[in-house]
Amino acid sequence: MKTFPPDLASLPRQLFFTGKGGVGKTSLSCALALALAESGKKVLLISTDPASNLDEVLEIALASSPRPVPGCPGLSAMNIDPHAAAAEYRERVIAPLRGVIPAVALSSLEEQFNGSCTVEIAAFDQFAALLAGQGPAAAFDHLVFDTAPTGHTLRLMSLAVAWGDFLNTSNAESSCLGPLAGLQQQREVYRLAVATLSAPAASRLFLVSRPQKAALREAQRSSLELAQLGVVGQELILNGLLPAAAITDPLAEALRRREAEALRFYQEFLDSLPVYQVPLLGRQVLGIDGLRRLLGRAQSGAAIEAVSRDDLSGLRNFSSLVAEINTLSHGVVLTMGKGGVGKTSVAAALAVALAKSGRQVLLTTTDPAAHVAAALSGQLPGLEVGRIDPIAETAAYRDEVLRVAGAGLDADSLALLEEDLRSPCTEEIAVFRAFARAVAQGRDRIVVMDTAPTGHTLLLLDATQSYQRELQRQQRQQHPEEVLQLLPRLRDPQYCRILLVALPEATPVHEAARLEDDLGRAGIRAAAWVMNQCLLGLDCRDPLLLERQQQERRYLAETLRRCPGHVHLLPLLAEEPVGIQGLSQFV
Amino acid sequence: MKNLTVYDPAMCCSSGICGPSVDPDLVQTAALLKEVRQEGLAATHRYGLSSHPLKFAEEPIRSLLEKSGAECLPAIFVDGKLFLSGHYPGEIERQMLRQRLLEA
Repeated sequence: MKTFPPDLASLPRQLFFTGKGGVGKTSLSCALALALAESGKKVLLISTDPASNLDEVLEIALASSPRPVPGCPGLSAMNIDPHAAAAEYRERVIAPLRGVIPAVALSSLEEQFNGSCTVEIAAFDQFAALLAGQGPAAAFDHLVFDTAPTGHTLRLMSLAVAWGDFLNTSNAESSCLGPLAGLQQQREVYRLAVATLSAPAASRLFLVSRPQKAALREAQRSSLELAQLGVVGQELILNGLLPAAAITDPLAEALRRREAEALRFYQEFLDSLPVYQVPLLGRQVLGIDGLRRLLGRAQSGAAIEAVSRDDLSGLRNFSSLVAEINTLSHGVVLTMGKGGVGKTSVAAALAVALAKSGRQVLLTTTDPAAHVAAALSGQLPGLEVGRIDPIAETAAYRDEVLRVAGAGLDADSLALLEEDLRSPCTEEIAVFRAFARAVAQGRDRIVVMDTAPTGHTLLLLDATQSYQRELQRQQRQQHPEEVLQLLPRLRDPQYCRILLVALPEATPVHEAARLEDDLGRAGIRAAAWVMNQCLLGLDCRDPLLLERQQQERRYLAETLRRCPGHVHLLPLLAEEPVGIQGLSQFV
Repeated sequence: MKNLTVYDPAMCCSSGICGPSVDPDLVQTAALLKEVRQEGLAATHRYGLSSHPLKFAEEPIRSLLEKSGAECLPAIFVDGKLFLSGHYPGEIERQMLRQRLLEA
């Protein structure tokens, strides 16, 4: 294992970071960009995450064009905001039509641009332009991409390939690109983008992982998946190894054992590629000083802000949350938050607790990484575990469309229909329908769902809204009841309880807060916060854990101020909460 | 030979599969267009609001849009005369459309 950062002189122009949410992609990509800039290179740092926290780590306001980072010559940063990109694209298409086509036609066309495919494709369009070396990118020696959480990254990357194929095979009659037809002119840009991703001399991909089994499993899975998509030149960064200490405690000892065991378990994978390590830090990595500490170039930062006992008196335990949800006769509980905060564990622990008290519970997941099944290897009466598998859902949707709409078509028309079904939006639609179906199952029992990572979830909810409008327009078509009822159900606090899950750290808390605001705009209210992996009240002596224990208090207090009386605490466990027994430890 | 023109509402794709459910009449209409074209019954034109927005600034669809709003889409014209608007033709309407094209 080598120490991070890698040999700077050996790095290709494009650098990508990927990994499960919350593993530290943003901090590490910022740190590498800083190291490169300090070695005299001109570096552009780019975030493609819809819920980007680059602003927070760099402590500056970012925009959709490069801005120099103060106090760091040579380093610039920018944010690809998918919604802003979509709005920009919409304006580019709509502006020349104003006053030319009738107003009703114009507003009907504008409506179309609110769909989630527009958002995703418009973001990819900008991403691809940068990769192809167009626009502002040309002026820099290195492009460092702090990419979105894994599921989204993979979608984005497979989209690169899928659109590549799609644009090549699409014939004139199939207009599946719809409002994005203008993008067809960008074929060459997309081809270049795909080629750049697969060339080791041009790009390197850093898989980021915590030294934990779940994170390593995800890293290995995406490593394979990306390799299959042609992305070679992969390296791994193990972030947050607990350093050895003279004074220690049983929890720290157990955490070290857990790390060592996880590394042993994935030894073969770790041997298969270059690995860099980064030690766990006691404090948040924020600002240029924080990044220098991460690179081992500076010592501890400012003093930790003190928080009184009174400020934390309103915190509640997990059992009280279980009891509260147990009063519902039926409905849906959604755990939401940044990737990697433990949405799946919280959902599974809740489902197990409810089933143990004799309730009929369906636990279901839309997380593309699908570790719910792995987290619940045991069986419990009353508990049913389901999963929304994007691949299976897409196949089922295709079959249904071909059966309903394809009947009696001649070979050519059928081929045209199949062509449209090959479009990337098909998966989005299919997953959306499955989500609506799972929410509808709460009519006669309790359904607990861990949703997809924040960014994707937002797009999903956005899709819900634009579908609602679409449905109002096309009354004559027959829509499944669960689709019509989805948004009203999500808005009904008696039917749907949303739990915001976060870790007691700056970024997860602020991202969950942003999510709460976004939900509010969609008319959906969060019922409670669940703070996961807290050290509060635990007997810590290890200096690093003590530092973290002090640091987390301000974030717990901040959450309490946001949602008084509805903040529930889950302790950091020495063992990963897996299976019925592991998940029962919280209650 | 007659001219058959279809004006589609704004939608992702020509088959309309990108919505939460599919309209089989839309798919069948696309098939009918191809049939009558191949049989030499009519010259066919299909314009989507999202893919050919400028066509909606021209007659005959412009007047219809101004009079009836966006609900008039989809709209089908035969030689510039409105045949059907507001929905895609069902099986009987498709037969009537075929009849119309056969008329002298």
